[in-house]
Amino acid sequence: MVSDWTNGMSRRQAIQVSFAAAAILMAPRLAQASPAKVQEELKKLFGDKKPTEGKIRIDAPQIAENGLVVPITVDVESPMTDANYVKSLHLFADGNPQPGVVSFKFTPASGKATATTRMRLAQTQNIVCVAQMSDGTLHTASAEVKVTIGGCGG
Amino acid sequence: MSTKPTPRVRLPANAKKDEIIEIKTLISHEMESGQRRDAAGNVIPRKIINKVTAAFNGKVFFEADWHPAISANPYQAFFYKASESGEFTFTWKDDDGSEYVAKNKLTVA
Repeated sequence: MVSDWTNGMSRRQAIQVSFAAAAILMAPRLAQASPAKVQEELKKLFGDKKPTEGKIRIDAPQIAENGLVVPITVDVESPMTDANYVKSLHLFADGNPQPGVVSFKFTPASGKATATTRMRLAQTQNIVCVAQMSDGTLHTASAEVKVTIGGCGG
Repeated sequence: MSTKPTPRVRLPANAKKDEIIEIKTLISHEMESGQRRDAAGNVIPRKIINKVTAAFNGKVFFEADWHPAISANPYQAFFYKASESGEFTFTWKDDDGSEYVAKNKLTVA
C-alpha cells in the first residue's frame, strides 16, 4: 500500500480521493503487484528474466482462520519427461517478515510437479509461485489468502 | 520441546510400473522461526529444518528447501513415478547440523 502513495500523487491529493474511488483504482494493482522484496528475491534467482502467467494451479484457502498452519498445494502443468519437466518451484509470501516460503526441486522421476505443505502467514497477503521449466522458461501465479490470526508470534 | 524429531512417512508398499504414487511425510519439529522473542524480550534463535530430500535407490528425485515460514511439525507431500523395486531414503536437515532419516521399501510389480 505504501508504494501507492508515491505513484504520482501527493499524500494530500491521495487523501482527497474518496475511499470508494481509491478501492476501485487499487483493486487491479493489488492483484498483480508483488511488493519489492519478492521481486528482489526473484531477481536474485533468475536475473532480469520475466515469468509469464499461467500453468500453475495454487490450492490454498481463501480465508485462513489460523495463520500458523495454512495448507497449500501447488501444481504445475507439465508432462514431466526427460525432455520437458519442471526443474524448480518457488513460493513467496509478500506480507511475511521474510518473503521465502519454500523452494521445491523436481526431476522427471517425480512423475508430477505437485507438492503440498503447510505454511505460516503473518497477515492477509498474496502467495506468489514461480516455476522454472527444464528449458529455462518461467511461469508464475499468485493467490491471495486472508488471514484472521497471524502466525509469526504477533 | 526438546524431544528428538520423529519422521513419519506414508506411502504404498506396492506399485505398478510407471504408476505415480503419492508420498506423505510428517516430522515433529518446533521450526523456531527466529522472529519470536522470549519473556525477557530476547530473540529466540532460529532453529528449523532447512532441507528435505527424497531419494530412491540413492538417486535424489525431490527436494524442498524450507524457510522459516513453514509451520511447526512440517508436513510435506509429493509424488514419485515408480520404475523398479527398491528403497526410499528421506532425509531432513536441521539448522544445527543434525540429520533425521527415514527409509521405506517399495515393490514394483
